[in-house]
Order: sequence, then structure tokens, then C-alpha cells
Amino acid sequence: MRDGETAYLRLEGITKRFGNFVANDSINLKVNAGSIHGLLGENGAGKTTLMNILCGLYQPEAGQIYLHDRAVQITSPKVAIAQGIGMIHQHFMLVPQLTVIENIILGSPLTLRLNLKQKSREILVMSERYGLSIDPLAKVGDLPVGTQQRVEILKALYRQAKVLILDEPTAVLTPPEVQGFFKVLRQLAAANHTILFISHKLDEILSLCDHITVLRRGRVVGTTIAHNSTRQDLARLMVGRDVLFHLEKAAQSSDHIVLEVQNLQVRDDRHLNAVQNVSFTLKAGEILGVAGVDGNGQRELADAIAGLRPATAGELILNGQLITRWTMQQRIKRLKIGYIPEDRQKMGLILRFSIARNLILKGFQQLPFCRNGWLQRGAIAHHATQAIQSFDIRATSGKLRVSQLSGGNQQKVVLARELSGDPSLIVAMQPTRGLDVGATEYVQQALLTERQRGAAILYISTELEEIMMMSDRIAVLYEGRFVAILDAATATVEQLGLLMAGSPAGRLSP
Amino acid sequence: MSDSAAFLSDYLAASLRLSVPLAFAALGGLFSERSGVLNIGLEGMLLTGAFVSAATVFYTGSVWVAILAALIVGGLVGLLHAYLCVTLRVDQLVSGLAINLSAAGLTAFLSRLVFNSKTSQPLQGLDAIAIPGLSQIPIVGSLFFNQDPLVYLLLLLVPLITYLLFKTSLGLTLRAVGEYPRAAETAGVSVLFVRYLSVMLSGCLASLGGAYLVLVHVKFFMEDISAGKGFIALAALIFGRWHPISTVLACVLFGATEALQLRIQAFGLNIPYQFLVMLPYVIALFALIGLAGKSTPPAALGIPYVKESLDD
Amino acid sequence: MKANQILRSITPVLSPLFAISSALLVGAGLIALAGVNPIAAYSVLFREALANYYGFGTTLTKTAPLLLTSLGVFVALKAGQFNIGGEGQIYMGGLGSVLVGLYVHGLPALIHVPLALLSGFLFGAIWGLIPGYLKAIRGINEVITTLLLNYIALNLINYLVSNPLIEPGAPSPYSPTIATSAQLPIILPQTQTHAGILIGFAATIVLWIVFQRLPLGYQIEAVGQNPIAARYAGISVERTIMLVMATAGGLAGLAGAGEVTGLKYRLFDQFSPGYGFDAIAIAFLSRGNLVGVVMTSLFFGALRSGANVMQRSAGVPVTVVYAIQGLAVLFIAIGLALEKRFAIRQSSVITSG
Repeated sequence: MRDGETAYLRLEGITKRFGNFVANDSINLKVNAGSIHGLLGENGAGKTTLMNILCGLYQPEAGQIYLHDRAVQITSPKVAIAQGIGMIHQHFMLVPQLTVIENIILGSPLTLRLNLKQKSREILVMSERYGLSIDPLAKVGDLPVGTQQRVEILKALYRQAKVLILDEPTAVLTPPEVQGFFKVLRQLAAANHTILFISHKLDEILSLCDHITVLRRGRVVGTTIAHNSTRQDLARLMVGRDVLFHLEKAAQSSDHIVLEVQNLQVRDDRHLNAVQNVSFTLKAGEILGVAGVDGNGQRELADAIAGLRPATAGELILNGQLITRWTMQQRIKRLKIGYIPEDRQKMGLILRFSIARNLILKGFQQLPFCRNGWLQRGAIAHHATQAIQSFDIRATSGKLRVSQLSGGNQQKVVLARELSGDPSLIVAMQPTRGLDVGATEYVQQALLTERQRGAAILYISTELEEIMMMSDRIAVLYEGRFVAILDAATATVEQLGLLMAGSPAGRLSP
Repeated sequence: MSDSAAFLSDYLAASLRLSVPLAFAALGGLFSERSGVLNIGLEGMLLTGAFVSAATVFYTGSVWVAILAALIVGGLVGLLHAYLCVTLRVDQLVSGLAINLSAAGLTAFLSRLVFNSKTSQPLQGLDAIAIPGLSQIPIVGSLFFNQDPLVYLLLLLVPLITYLLFKTSLGLTLRAVGEYPRAAETAGVSVLFVRYLSVMLSGCLASLGGAYLVLVHVKFFMEDISAGKGFIALAALIFGRWHPISTVLACVLFGATEALQLRIQAFGLNIPYQFLVMLPYVIALFALIGLAGKSTPPAALGIPYVKESLDD
Repeated sequence: MKANQILRSITPVLSPLFAISSALLVGAGLIALAGVNPIAAYSVLFREALANYYGFGTTLTKTAPLLLTSLGVFVALKAGQFNIGGEGQIYMGGLGSVLVGLYVHGLPALIHVPLALLSGFLFGAIWGLIPGYLKAIRGINEVITTLLLNYIALNLINYLVSNPLIEPGAPSPYSPTIATSAQLPIILPQTQTHAGILIGFAATIVLWIVFQRLPLGYQIEAVGQNPIAARYAGISVERTIMLVMATAGGLAGLAGAGEVTGLKYRLFDQFSPGYGFDAIAIAFLSRGNLVGVVMTSLFFGALRSGANVMQRSAGVPVTVVYAIQGLAVLFIAIGLALEKRFAIRQSSVITSG
């Protein structure tokens, strides 16, 4: 191996602005050849922007990138590839409609004959060399996400990448898959590939990386050696203050069953069973966490309870009332269900509407917003003013467009709407996704307050730590089934990880 | 016996003649839409090609110059559509509609200036070139091998485009850009360039369809001569699931339906001709209904590509 | 700051003004191409259309169908739907009203006229509901279906006025005259200006109330801005789309009914000179603003009204007006895109935390 002190990739004073917003503020970074360098930062810290600069998608306003002490201008992704920079994006840059081989050779020099057969043989050889087995002729859209990630890595290696940049690569993997994936990365580093690993997960960065650079609000706030660092140090650097790893939850005991789900079965958009035979009860003042890797039926489960998707079998009983066949409209009019959908911008808000108009999205046909068939402008404006105050939405007026708010404040608008009227049941789907730590804590506290009030909460998330922090009980969703429901006080990460991967081993331990 | 054979070959010839403008326009639409740019402006591009070729042949008397002019102006209209959709990121439907309305207005006005009252005398057209030997084959011979150069070009284009789309890196790039432009961009492809090129090509091909209409089919120009052919081509594209061969076959289907109106009248069947004129539109409509949900467009169709944006 | 505010308050009209003046400028070039002095031609056009009693009457007559049809396009756009089928819907509306005008007898005008108009509305509404249904339930793009339905409607009317509805002995295809009791009154004496324009203004006011004050307007806009979020909030997107498309068709149908009951008193083959397509241009130029729809309709009505005189006295083909209208849409598309870019550069993330 090469001397560990050679900086293969060096950034000096990289600055990138979007309008008035500084996403990267004179970033300095040194990554040694053959090492795994962690880039840590919470959502919105500027990690992805930096990546997009390195792979040529964005152009920085200032600063210089050096490869092997040679200044380079990465003016386009093509240049990045030519310089040996390979990028594995958080959202895979694979065309689902194309085959593995087509995806891998996409962008290579123009030819009048693709000669897919010969190329797929080359790929097969390469994939075996790195232990990344793959079927070159499979359509990418048909492959499981873990395999798609392999295609992404092969794609980078096929282009002779010397530097691999990975942006939140473990988000789509189960904990056992993560271990296998880390092995591949260490192997690549040993073969003198330089790896920049971007994540907001402290534990992963600590266990994988040699050096760690922490970003906060677009700036580098520190660089450390991994084995000299602790979780607490890094967290403080990342957030700028001490972070709670545990939330204080008052004990809650109620015997009132708010929601009872019996043998629920729901189909997805392709008419396949996405939720099968799911049964559980949810009591007042209780948070049931639903853990699982994305795409195991979370969306369909939440939609079915909210009434967006019909149940093809099974029953839903809310406060003793059978509501399985109620339409969404009926549920909104006659029940109080708060639903925080997974994507606030796409599902939760109308971005071009004002805050006030977003707040009445569910209640616009009811009192006090609508009286005798007329919209009550006064009541709507008043409601907005109140919500801005009580939910601490950083906005000067209810007339402000929601698109002008930050992610955290947008989510507060959703919360203000969904939690108004004291719902007895709240379905929260990934409620902190993409939020910074401050906003995340706000959302979590708001939900804990609702729990205190006596609301029953179904908390669905792919972030295991978050589930463990928030829940009273934890259900693990795997391929549309609840494979276990555990007590949060005694469940362990390892056990949940195995269950999420569909391994029955997790079920045996206490 | 020979009567019905004559009728058949006559009917087939008419079907082909009516399908050709559709097929050119639809293949044009294929390029644009495969790259992710909706092209409702096919109608306007076709109309532009028809007018430009008519005016050019009127002034110069040269059919070939007319075709060249149609290609150039069609490409320029494509360039306009690309500029609006790709660079300015105008809603692609609005851009297409704007092109249609502008083309309709401008050609209507300019045709009055150019042709004045001389529309009655036919323009010089493109002559058929019989391919020796092959054109002697009964029915098929006269249908495919005694045609004008534009038909030959079309017959050549279909396999060529199919090969280009599925067997060359250019085609792979085009498909990737239409499905997931950001993935293509990160792989080193210039989405901008591919889309500009495709949409310009789209304009050239649709314009060629218009040139055929004027130079081979009717041999004069009148207002709104395109009569919705661009829209039918668009339906054919959906019906053919954005595949060159099946798209052209769909065009032939629509062309054959249109040819039916003339023949049925000849048979003396008691069907009002308005219903026959209506038929291609009705068939196109039912084709869309029958195919609903089964024909998936390129995933990025209609979505402007923003290179630098905060949300991925 | 102050200048910024002024700028912001005038931007909504900036792009349409830019579009219309650019289109008029290109139009001037076209007129010059025809060998006529553009200033002279335009002054003939606008003096005739706006400053002459009879000409202004014609302007209002032409404005009526334009206004109603573009309100239809406007309503559909509010729900995110492109209704390109105005032309066909006008024809169906004309059919609906002519049937009531021809075959219903013995009613007082006070009932007969509204009945004819209602029938026109319904026929148009059905013609709008078909693509609305196909879009909402079957997911078929409404642009192509409405376009195809235009051609179907045109040929259907052509058939009807050539065969079952033709006036005996007529030299060209048209229906007999409708009953006097089904005819809309003339509101400006000595002109052809009929009450259709009043119906247009009334429809504008109704829509203004719907979008400013009623939950339905809120619902339509929610569906138009983000159908997914609307669905998550329990709004039936399908029903909203169908309702909106039917209303759009109905308004265009009303335009057709107005032409038949107020102006022609018969059903003609090709009685609409492309109002349905002008309406698309008008709706885009007015960028979601009802006052804009009225003003732009008047402007387009004036163009059409003055163009005939311009052709007669200055020898510029009427079709120059179509070119100007088409180009106006082209320029508004460009104007809006540039405006959006400017706006993005101005504002970015305002709040944090």
C-alpha cells in the first residue's frame, strides 16, 4: 500500500451559492489515496452539493479542486469521469427501463454498433473480480435495490474510477446488507481506490472510515481521525451543540384501544399484495413504531388506514367503529385522523398556495372555514396566525407561499394542519425525513406531546434509531407482513436489523 | 377478378399515400418524445413544411430545392421548440400549441401573399421513379417500387431508425435521456445537446411529411391543409408505443382508414361521407382508449430538465 | 424596496403586454410584406373596431363567443387541464340550442331562450365530459382527446346540417331558422350585438365568485396545483376533473348556443371561424386572471372585427390577425419563462430552522 499521507483528492475554498443561499462556504478537504474518508453532516449541511460539484453537475463559484496535486476543472460529468471520479448517488443514477449492461456503458464514446454480447462478457469478468455478481442482461428496474447499488459501483469501476464518492449509500440497505457492503468498500480501498463516504449516520462513519470531516451549514467544522473520536464529539461538531440520544417519555398507560387492525390486506399500484395479513392494536397514548426497509409495504399500510387505498381484506376498527369501507371523505368529515405523509412537498402541501390556504386543505368544506357554502376569509386568516404562533412557523404572515419556507417550517405547516382538532389517531410516515436536527427534534417533541394528550400514533420510519427513540412498541414490516411486534424497551438494534432483513433469527431472542 | 385486383392495388396505393405524411410526422414525434420532449407541435411543423415546400416550388420550380427548404425550416421550427422547452423550460404543451397556432396563422397569411389567386393551377410535383424489375411484381410492385423518392426514403428510414434506436450508442443515449436525464447527465451525456438534436430532427421529419403532402399528394397549398394529421401522428406514436415499426404500422392503419372514405363512396354504399372523414379521428380516439395504461411513455416525457437544482 | 414593490405589482401585466406588442410588431412586418403601411392598416383596424358605433358592436359580437370559450379553457386550466376542445364544444353547443330552437314550439321567449341556451350548455358539457372522464378515470391525456373530438364534432355537424337538419331547398348546408321565441335579443340597436356578451360577463362574475369565495374554487385550484396533495387531503381529484371539463365544455357550448340564437338563427356548417383556438391563446395570455380574460377577449374581438374592414380598405388579408394571435401565444410563453427565471433569481430560501 501507498503511504497514507499522500492526498489524492484535495479541495480548497470551494464555494457554491443558490440565490442568496450559501450551500458550500469555502470548503477545504484532503482525502488520502487508498483511504476511506467520511464526510459527516446533517441534512442540509451541504454534503450533496459538494458531491455534485465533484462529479461535475454543479460549478462552484470559487475554489479549486486538486487531483494528485494537479489542479483540475471539473466542468461536466464527462470531465469527472475522464479524471477518474466515480459517483454513487443517493438516488441511483440508473435508468430503470434499461438493462444492467446498457446502464453501465451509457455515455461511453459513440459507436454504430453497441456489441452488447461482448461487453456483457467483459462486465461479468469484472464483476467476479470484485465479488459483485450480477446478471448483465437483467432490466435494472426489476432488480432489488441492493443489487442496483452493485450496478452503480460496477458502473463507476467500468469507467476506471480511482476516486469513489458515495452519497448516503446505506439508506436503502438492511443492516446485514450494510455489513456486506462495507466489506466491498474496504476491499476497494485496499486495491488503492480512494473513497469519500458521505453520511449523516454517526455509527456507520465511525466503523468504516479512517478520517472524518464534519460539515455544518455549508462549512467544514472539523476533521478528525476516526479511531480517536466518539459519537458524542462528532454529534456536537455536526449539530453545534449537545444532542440527545434519548428522548424523555413519560409513562403512559391507558387501556382504551383506539385502532384495531385485523388481517389487513392492501394492494399496491401494480395490484400486487403489498400488505398482507397485518394485525395489531394501538392504544391511546401509545406510539407503535413500524420499522422496515423502504418499499416493504409502509406506504400502502399508511394509505389504507388513512383511507386513500382500499383494504382488499381485513378490518379497520377506530374507537369501536368499523371503518374499513369508509371513504377518505367520510373519514375526514366524521373522524379525526391526522396523517403526515412521507413526502411533504409532493403529498402534504400545495407549494404555490399560501400557508393559510394550505392549513385548510382538509377542512375547507367545514366550519369554521366554510359557512353556508361560503369560504370565511377572516376565519382562515385568523387560523393561520394562530398556527404560525403555536407551531413556531418562521413566517411573517399566513399569506406567505409555502414554497418560500424551509423544509422544517414546511413540515410544521403539515403538523399544524394534521394535529389540529386533537386527532385520536395519528399516522406519521417518515415525519423527519430530510430535516435538520433542530426541526427533527421539534417534530418528535410535537408528536410526544400528542402522545401525552392521549393520541394513538403509528410512527413509520426507515431510520432504526429514530424508531427506537420514539416508540413504545416496535413492529417490523418485511415484505408486507408484521414479522414481529417487540417491546421498545427491550428490543436491540441487532435484533431489529435481522428482522428487517427477513431473517427469522431475530425472532428467537427475547 | 382483375377488377377487384385493380381496386385492391388502387386502395393500397391510396392507403400508402395517406400514411406517408403521418409516418414522417410520427417518426419525428418519436425522436422528440423519446428524448423526453412532448411534441404537440407536430401539426404546426407539418403545416410549415407543407407551406414552405409549396412556396419554394412555386418560386423556384425545383422540387428538390423545395424539399431542402422544408427540411431547413422544419429544423428551425424544431430549434424554436427546443429552445422554448429545453432552455426556457416553458410548459411543453404550451410551446407546442404556440407553434401550432403561429404556424396556422402565418401560413394562412403568407399563402395569400404568395399564391394570391393562382391556387387553382397545380404546383409541380415529385415524380415516381420505378425501380426496374421490382416494380413489375403485381400489386406489391406498383405499391412499393413505383413510388416517389420520399416514399423510398421513408421505407429506408424505418429500419434505419429502429437500428439507430436500439443498436447504437446514440440510440441508447437518446432512450436514457428520455427516461432519466439526470442519470444520463452523470454518465457524461449532455442532456441539452441530445434534446436539441432530437427536437430539431423531429421538426425536419414532420416538415418532410408536409412536403410530401404538397409535392406528391395534392400538389397545391391551402390553409389548414394539415387538417389534424399531426395530432393523428401523435396518436399513432402512442398507439405504436414509441417504437418506430409499430408506430409506422399505426400510421398505415390510420391512412388505410382515411383511404376507405374514397373507396366506399365508389362502392355506392349508403354511408354519409362525413362519417368516413370522421373515421380516422374516431379510430385514433378508440386506439387511445383501448391502450390506456398499457402504453407507457418515456418516463421523463414532458418534464423540463434542470441541471443545477437543490432538490434532486 | 419601493421600486421593487412597484415592479412586483406591475409584473403580472408585463408579460402579456410584452407578448401582445411583440406580436403586433411582427404583424406590422407582415402587413408591410403585403405592401401596406402598417400604421395606416392598424389605425384603420382599431378605429373601426373601437371608435365606430357599428364596428364596436361587431367587436362585442365577436367578443361574446371568445369570452365564453376562453372562460372554459380558463376553468380547465385552473384544475391543470388543457382543454383544446373548445372548437368542437362550440359546435356541439350550437347543435344543442338549434334543436330546442327548431323542435320546441309555443313557449314564451322568457322560457324558450334560456332553454335553448341550457341545451347548448349541456351538449357542450357532454363534449367536455368525455375527455374529462377519459382523463380522470382512464388516465388518457386530455390534449389529444379534445383535439380529436374537435374533428369528430365538426364532421358530425357537417353531416347533420347536410342531411337531417338541412333546410329544404337550401343551396348550401344549413338548417332552417329557429323560432323567433328562441332568439336572443339585440342589445345595441342597429348592430348585430346580441345579449351573448351579457351572458359572457355574467359567467365571468359567477366564476369570479367561485374562485374567490366558494370552496369549489379552492378545490379546483388545489387539484390544479398539486393533485397528489389534494388526494391526500381527501379531495376527489377524478370528480373535480370531470366537473371542470364538463363546465369548460358547457361554457364553450354556451358560446356556440349564443352564435346560433343571437347571431345566425340557424346552424351552419363551419359557423365558428376558429373561436375555440383563439380561446386557448386568450386563456394563456390572461395567466389565470379573470379580468385578463375579459380584456384579452375584447382585444381579440376587436382584432377580428377590425380585420375585415382593414382587408376591404387596405387590402391586408384578414389572416394576419390569426398570425398575430398565434405569435402572441408564442411570445407569452417566452415572456412567462423569462419572468420565472427572474423571479427565481430574486427569491430563494427565506426562512431557516
